[in-house]
Amino acid sequence: MLYARLILMRLLKAVVVLFMIVIFNFFLIQMAPGDPAAILAGEAGATDQEFLRQLRERFGLDQPLYVQLWRYVSGIAMLDFGYSYRQGMPVLDLILARLPATLLLTGTAFVLSLALGILAGSMAAARVKKPSGSLIMALALIFYATPLFWVALMAVVLFSVYLDWLPAYGMYTVGAGLSGFALIMDVARHLILPATTLALFFMAIYTRMTRASMLEASQQDYVKTARAKGLGSRVIQRRHILRNALLPIITLAGLQAGQMVGGAILTETVFAWPGIGRLMYEALMQRDYNLLLGIFFFSAALVIVFNIVTDLVYRLADPRIKEGS
Amino acid sequence: MMKTPLATAIAALAFTTTFAIADEPRSGGTINTIIQPEPPGLVLGMVQNDPTRKVAGNIYEGLMRYTTDLEPIPQLAESWDISEDGLTWTFHLREGVVWHDGEPFTAEDVVFSADVFHRELNPSARAVLQHVESIEATDDHTVVFTLAEPFGPFLISFEAGTFTMVPRHLYEGTDFRDNEHNNHPIGTGPFKFKNWDRGTVIELVRNDDYYEEGLPYLDGINWHIIPDGASRAVAYENGTVDVLPNGTVENFDIPRLSAMDNTCVTEEGHEYFSPFAMLWMNNREGPTSDKRFRQAVMYAMDREFARDVLWNELGNVPLSAFGSNARFQHDGLEPYDHNPDRARELLDEMGYDGEEVRLLPLPYGETWTRWAEAVQQNLREVGVNVRTQSTDVGGWNQRLSEWDYDLAFTFLYQYGDPALGITRSYLSDNIERGSPWNNVGGYENERIDELFDEAATAFPDEEREALYHEAQEILHEDVPVGWLMELGFPTIYRCDVKDLITSGVGVNDGFKDAWLDR
Repeated sequence: MLYARLILMRLLKAVVVLFMIVIFNFFLIQMAPGDPAAILAGEAGATDQEFLRQLRERFGLDQPLYVQLWRYVSGIAMLDFGYSYRQGMPVLDLILARLPATLLLTGTAFVLSLALGILAGSMAAARVKKPSGSLIMALALIFYATPLFWVALMAVVLFSVYLDWLPAYGMYTVGAGLSGFALIMDVARHLILPATTLALFFMAIYTRMTRASMLEASQQDYVKTARAKGLGSRVIQRRHILRNALLPIITLAGLQAGQMVGGAILTETVFAWPGIGRLMYEALMQRDYNLLLGIFFFSAALVIVFNIVTDLVYRLADPRIKEGS
Repeated sequence: MMKTPLATAIAALAFTTTFAIADEPRSGGTINTIIQPEPPGLVLGMVQNDPTRKVAGNIYEGLMRYTTDLEPIPQLAESWDISEDGLTWTFHLREGVVWHDGEPFTAEDVVFSADVFHRELNPSARAVLQHVESIEATDDHTVVFTLAEPFGPFLISFEAGTFTMVPRHLYEGTDFRDNEHNNHPIGTGPFKFKNWDRGTVIELVRNDDYYEEGLPYLDGINWHIIPDGASRAVAYENGTVDVLPNGTVENFDIPRLSAMDNTCVTEEGHEYFSPFAMLWMNNREGPTSDKRFRQAVMYAMDREFARDVLWNELGNVPLSAFGSNARFQHDGLEPYDHNPDRARELLDEMGYDGEEVRLLPLPYGETWTRWAEAVQQNLREVGVNVRTQSTDVGGWNQRLSEWDYDLAFTFLYQYGDPALGITRSYLSDNIERGSPWNNVGGYENERIDELFDEAATAFPDEEREALYHEAQEILHEDVPVGWLMELGFPTIYRCDVKDLITSGVGVNDGFKDAWLDR
């Protein structure tokens, strides 16, 4: 009951926030120089005024700004995200076609980084002042500090070019005509490099954070009590220290989850993964306003949803947190 | 792909027999290549940008093709007659040609494409069609174009990318840009559209009903879509793709890739386009409005250096406004060599006071950025106060359209004839705010206008030549724009891909004749 009310309140607020985001994004995009008609015409390498006029009229760009805004906002209210100028397809179709690929990539990376990060962090916390603990932290620091695109390129050079173990790019083998289980395995093989690359950075953060907050929790009185009771160190680590150390990790996981739609631009570009991040980047370069606004909308919605989910998970992890407190 | 033992045996047998006559083209095999960037659409009559031309040039066709010397050869038109006064052009169409959906291709399709579709949608074709008074189908396989006046470049205007034949039965009476067939293009070409998995691949398959017996040899083409330049190079290195069309990899990767085993490089197949890199100079205001300043820029730039170092010695430093692949080039002009002293003299003479000059690079990748840096360095050496203003494609478009620049990089296709690709940058009636592709520099010269207008419609060629030569002398003196380089765009491919480029637009329509020697 309490949860239901909480969720309802948060959803109401979310609608207002989303509305403001739509308006803000609309004006933000207008500030970028150039328009999609000029860019489309420019790519053709030859144009005349008639051509530009036709395109602008078709895209509705010849209308005053407030008319364009009204059209867009009223469209959104009906869940009509408009038409992509450049791709010649409805925005919703484009986004939905790319969404599964992105979610597969970012979802895998999310689970991978969270699981391995917490595991490595707990191990490092238990081995503080030992060489193995330091080794974990050194690796985490390296992954944390190395730019993603570099890791990606090096992974391609090593695993695809030299060792020839894994495919360098794409989501499936083009022209192989696979289906069923063979296709799943094929996609999985293509997924390994990009998902690992994307996971490394967050894994490093989770490792460092888990270790730090576990060390902090291990200084608490209840840990001493548990130890005095004669509990085994594994049980103490898991039940008394880790659980209490989870809150900051949940916060961070919520942030990462919120980035699942648009947060993989670099990885998707290097590995030619046909996801939303790439679509967004291309839409930006081509001033494909409707498509860009559509992707912004979905990203914003996802952030809001995950914020709500994070709040709920806090309450599960720590029953002391209540609404309003 | 499943293969029965029998099929394998037959394939093996076929292999051994054909091996004996290795130079005869062999059928079979799918080729993997790259398209960069992903095209906005595949209907060639509607979109004429480079990636669209490359893919759709295999789906659609024009009335003629052109050799690498830009001589016309038959395509959908089997032959043509030109009346003595150059006004009446009669095209005899090939018989038995069908569209990919099985409907016959007839003279009505030609009339519709030229008179309705292109007049409405296609700026390049529109520029040609303004000289055409009427287009008529006299029977199913004969079309007569009547010109209002002779138009020199008419013969060279029928290439598939500029003058695509579109199917009348699918488009007539519809909203062309909203037509449902735009997502499944129907042409007459050697390959049919199969599938476009956005962000991943465009697949074309062999047109089994193609009118030329035995063609095409390939079973299909897969155009991989890979957004990152380094990953595209890797795709070639690890053997996934066999052909890298121009512009696919960064220039600094070209020497490394060209050195690989079984790798060939060619600059052919661009003769029709012959991309010409230029430096727009704002003729309206600032130091660039002074002829002497513009000449000084020409002397200050080390164009050979740019070609040898930045472009891997590919391409050609032009003498003047007409490139080496353009017709009627005047080769008796004094070249603007790299001569910093002469540049300084000219700047002194005009009394250049160190006013800041803004340089706008072309945001098309690493090579262009470095080129802008090199030019900036050249200009600083002779004392010009240059500031580079980088932006993205949208910003570049806007700055040029609004004339908000002093110096700006660009490149333009020459389209084989000066009246199509060259004069547009100098004619004063082609000055109009709002487009980066007209006379952006704002050069105005009545004599040039006269000469170019006359030359476009003069007949025969000898008369055109005289007019164009006079015009080149004037332009050479005035330097309305900086002539940087005729770009050499290399195609990199495995040497066992044979007959890849067979025409002057070969990078776009080459897979028709290509075959695999493996």
